[in-house]
Amino acid sequence: MAAHVELISVGKRFGEKEVVADLSFRLGPGSIGCLLGPSGCGKTTVLRLIAGFEAVSSGEILLNGEPVSRPGHSVPPERRRVGMVFQDYALFPHLTVEGNVAFGLHRWPARERAARVRELLALVGLEGHEKAYPHELSGGQQQRVALARALAPKPELLLLDEPFSNLDVELRERLGLELRQILKQEGITAILVTHDQQEAFAMADEIGVMHAGRLQQWDTAYRLYHQPANRFVADFIGQGVFLPGTVLNSHQIEIELGILNGSFPSECAKGCAVDVLIRPDDIVHDDTSPLLAEVVHKAFRGASILYTLRLPSGGTALSLVPSHHNHALGEKIGIRLDVDHVVAFKR
Amino acid sequence: MSAHALPERKAPSGAFAFFRERGPLSAWRLFTFTLCVLVAIPLLVVASSLLHPDRETWRHLADNVLPELIRHTLLLTLGVSVTAGILGTGLAWLTAVCDFPGRRFFSWSLMLPLALPAYVTGFVLVGLLDFTGPIATLLRQWFGPEVRLPPIRSGGGAALALTLALYPYVYLLARHAFLSQGKRALEVGQSLGLSRRQGFLRIALPLARPWIAGGVALVAMETLADFGTVAVFNYDTFTTGIYKAWYSLFSLPAAAQLASLLILFVFVVLFLEQRLRAGMRYTPTGRSAGRERLVLTGFGRLAAPLFCGAVLTVAFIVPVGQLLWWALGVAAQDLDLRYWAYLGRSLLLAGMAATLITATALLLAYARRQQRGALTDAMVRFATLGYAVPGAVLAIGIYLPIAWFDRLYIGLMGELFGREAGPLLAGTLLAMLSAYLVRFLAVAHEPLAAALQRITPSMDEAARSLGLCSRQLIQRVHLPLLKGGVVTAMILVFVDVMKEMPITLMTRTFGWDTLATRIFEMTSEGEWERAALPAVALLVAGLVPVILLTRQTER
Amino acid sequence: MFSRLLSSLILLAAAVSPLAHGEEVVVYSARNEQLIKPVFDAYTRATGVTIRFITDKEGPLMQRLKAEGPNTPADLLLTVDAGNLWQAAEEGLLAPVNSPILQRNVPASLRDPGNRWFGLSVRARTIVYNTDRVRASDLSTYEDLADPKWKGRLCLRTSKKVYNQSLVAMLIAEHGEAKTERIVRGWVANLATDPFADDTKMMEAVAAGQCDVGIGNTYYYGRLMEKKPNLPLALFWPNQQGSGVHVNISGAGVTRYAKNRAGAIRLLEWLSSPAAQNLFADVNLEYPVNPQVKPAPAVAAWGEFKRNPINVAKAGELQAAAVKLMDRAGYK
Repeated sequence: MAAHVELISVGKRFGEKEVVADLSFRLGPGSIGCLLGPSGCGKTTVLRLIAGFEAVSSGEILLNGEPVSRPGHSVPPERRRVGMVFQDYALFPHLTVEGNVAFGLHRWPARERAARVRELLALVGLEGHEKAYPHELSGGQQQRVALARALAPKPELLLLDEPFSNLDVELRERLGLELRQILKQEGITAILVTHDQQEAFAMADEIGVMHAGRLQQWDTAYRLYHQPANRFVADFIGQGVFLPGTVLNSHQIEIELGILNGSFPSECAKGCAVDVLIRPDDIVHDDTSPLLAEVVHKAFRGASILYTLRLPSGGTALSLVPSHHNHALGEKIGIRLDVDHVVAFKR
Repeated sequence: MSAHALPERKAPSGAFAFFRERGPLSAWRLFTFTLCVLVAIPLLVVASSLLHPDRETWRHLADNVLPELIRHTLLLTLGVSVTAGILGTGLAWLTAVCDFPGRRFFSWSLMLPLALPAYVTGFVLVGLLDFTGPIATLLRQWFGPEVRLPPIRSGGGAALALTLALYPYVYLLARHAFLSQGKRALEVGQSLGLSRRQGFLRIALPLARPWIAGGVALVAMETLADFGTVAVFNYDTFTTGIYKAWYSLFSLPAAAQLASLLILFVFVVLFLEQRLRAGMRYTPTGRSAGRERLVLTGFGRLAAPLFCGAVLTVAFIVPVGQLLWWALGVAAQDLDLRYWAYLGRSLLLAGMAATLITATALLLAYARRQQRGALTDAMVRFATLGYAVPGAVLAIGIYLPIAWFDRLYIGLMGELFGREAGPLLAGTLLAMLSAYLVRFLAVAHEPLAAALQRITPSMDEAARSLGLCSRQLIQRVHLPLLKGGVVTAMILVFVDVMKEMPITLMTRTFGWDTLATRIFEMTSEGEWERAALPAVALLVAGLVPVILLTRQTER
Repeated sequence: MFSRLLSSLILLAAAVSPLAHGEEVVVYSARNEQLIKPVFDAYTRATGVTIRFITDKEGPLMQRLKAEGPNTPADLLLTVDAGNLWQAAEEGLLAPVNSPILQRNVPASLRDPGNRWFGLSVRARTIVYNTDRVRASDLSTYEDLADPKWKGRLCLRTSKKVYNQSLVAMLIAEHGEAKTERIVRGWVANLATDPFADDTKMMEAVAAGQCDVGIGNTYYYGRLMEKKPNLPLALFWPNQQGSGVHVNISGAGVTRYAKNRAGAIRLLEWLSSPAAQNLFADVNLEYPVNPQVKPAPAVAAWGEFKRNPINVAKAGELQAAAVKLMDRAGYK
């Protein structure tokens, strides 16, 4: 029942403008994928291409090995068995919650339809609201109705377009978890589109970072964070700074704060100038260290404090420190490198 | 890549396939274009007379009457628009947001003047308030012969009659705006420390501006096109100038020149309306506006029902009372079986027109939705332009091409078949309905476009993602959501066609008299009392749809 | 039994099917339905000829006639003013009729010199005055009403109505434009209130004392007095020493492309004949055009008067000039 989705070199132009270019990824059945990127990067367009609301200009989209989109040929959305949850929910104002959820089940026999509606409302936690109209519900409730409606006809693939952007933070987190639970429980393949990293990390198995219509990296959250494929991903995902460094030999780079051991892009030989990604967790507080940095800003985060430090060379770095190390602004504290993954890009 | 052959895209079935085309020559484009041509014909006919301008007559008009015509028309249009705008908005605020004794009654009853044509209100006012009328006579009896009421046969009187007859358009639209967001706006204002009055002026009013602008534009166009009312008050405006040039000075070119100037005024009104409506949002808000109303206390509690009552009295109760009084006086001699025929014909015409025009307007609204773009928008605007053209100008503008076509047809018949054929179009229902279509398309289009805009594109896509084809989409999503708009459109057109006079007079078939033409026959002879009888019949026939409309807008 | 059924079916069919075999005359009329229907019904009763008619304002009627050209169904054009008929003749919409009957029944000044149209009833546009405030001896001529002694005492109907346009046209014919403009300016200066939209309201204003004198058509006076006999209102026949009272006609002409020309002429002749004249004129308190026919008693009671002998066609000829003159003089 769950679909296997594959995009092969998909491209889309609107007139002269190329909105998506050479996009390829694969998502296995039951997996939850996510397209992550800043606004305007083309992620919603990709979703609409998969749903069938737009036709591809180049490349191919396959669902379960069957091509559904190719230049000049496109299976219409109503035949794709792809469910979609829209950013504005798009609930039908003239129907009750029940009516909305049952909407896609018009070919089912009445008894089974009623049973399925009950099942879904229980799943999303809206029992008792069958007879309510959309305008009488809160944002979170509407979102859940939209989800139930999309899930009702047992789609092979579920697409979600920024489903949480209209909700407040707490609701977002809670619903995100719930949604992932539901999807895993039902074994549904899903693709989510968002600009919010936390959401992507919490919900998705695999994430594709997009920028200017191109897929920068398709990987798990862990690898995106620790092994970004390019400078954009490194910058976009998580926090960190780039510090200048020089390649010493095939496995060492020297930077201001010390010498790093690890692998890095092979095109760089001895003497090559690189930029090294230093994340807040790569710098630890060490009172015994001779290397001192001045605290210029601190952000209390509950369990830890994120310090912005000025290095002796004048550059800035971030450091995430357990919060009982409370230092004042202007104070010089000792720091030490603690890097597991070396991420360096040729300058 | 894949070994499987791509399943051939199955063409969408049925008639709706045609309507999904989006290319430049799509059915939608063609349809909209045809409508534009239909509307353009009378306008072009009028404009074509400009090709042979009558300089001498024009010079006479320009020297002697044009400045006054311009001044009068501007003053009247501005005066009526502003007054009807304020009146309609104020009343809408009271009945939509506030609560006071009698509010429920006034909510729907303030719409009733829609059933009264402005010229009827006009001649009632003149009959009541002129020097020779009962009120002035009574005052003179009590206080001596020097007592004078302000002159009713003036621009002010005409403006009063038009305001009282037209404010329901603003009332209807403003009410809609306030019902959906009035209370919320007040709450926001209060949270910012604004008094109720400030909240109204600075938040609620600007939010409702697009709707109010729409209503005021309708009022302005009706005023610009009006002839019957200003004739009653003998107030010279562009329309009376057009009639004079055409029929008294026997100069169609000069009349066309004036008509072209009038159309220019109309464009200005439409342009202003466009600017003011820029912020219109139709998609429903997430949460419903609070159900609780602003309860008026103290002075407001007394003043509100008095104010509403006063408007209702002057705009409806008094004119109807006077009409009934007159009608009863002449009923004995005039009322006969023929009245059933007039009523029947009025209803039949109005019913047919309402159906045809609503269907066309619906298709036009769809065309605009399916074929988005500046060109479509411009064409739709143009197609609804007929509303602002004076009825008689439109009638001539439609009649001339019809007659020309008939001449062609008869000539052709004679040549091809040697047959002595009668005219095909002239004096047929087709001609009348076409003229009504051009004139009233705007009236049906407004509520339908609004209703259609509530159906967001994502709703369409959601339905398609749930497996519905186009036909099912229209049936299960569009039609239920459009029902309200369709009903409103049909009622508005129905009432307008029932009241319409110049086009009906000009294009009707032999013996097809309606109530409106009867009123004309009487008033043209100065027989106001006898005109009251068909006026009452018209009113009664129009009241039912108007009350239905008020029910509709309660939602 | 079957034959009876059959014959009744045939009769039924004959009754229901349109009267294709009966003769028909089509009339375009600016004269209102309630005034012409009784007359036409009488004609149908007398001759069996059906008359189909349509009523409208004269302007749109003429436009329609023009637009229809040779395909017009109209046989006869009936109007309420000579000016309209003159215009129709000028536009080539009417055809000349050579009928000794019409020549005899309709006086020369009340028909087209080219025989394209014929008057059927006469109305006088004369002075009405308030008997409580004005003596008949105070009044003399139309022109005199421009005298400053009438300042604030005159009421008039709007210049937009064709009756006033014809009146002014006749004044132009008699006095020339310059003098007539002075007269009209004088009238305007003497107005007690803005011009009225109709004669009846104007006369009521005179009766109520808003003004003392006015100029209106005789039949409006007649209708008003019928309804309210106690009004202090009376008619005065001006210009009796001079050219006479301004008269106008309600008349008709046969259209150029009439399908039933003979039928139209017969109808016209009948309308001008004693059999129809009373019916035509009396219902509206007008004077019959046929000099052999006596007006209704109520109308006759207003007295005899000298009529202006100028051919009423002048009203049409000078209509445009009259309208422009009134515009210049500020007469609304």
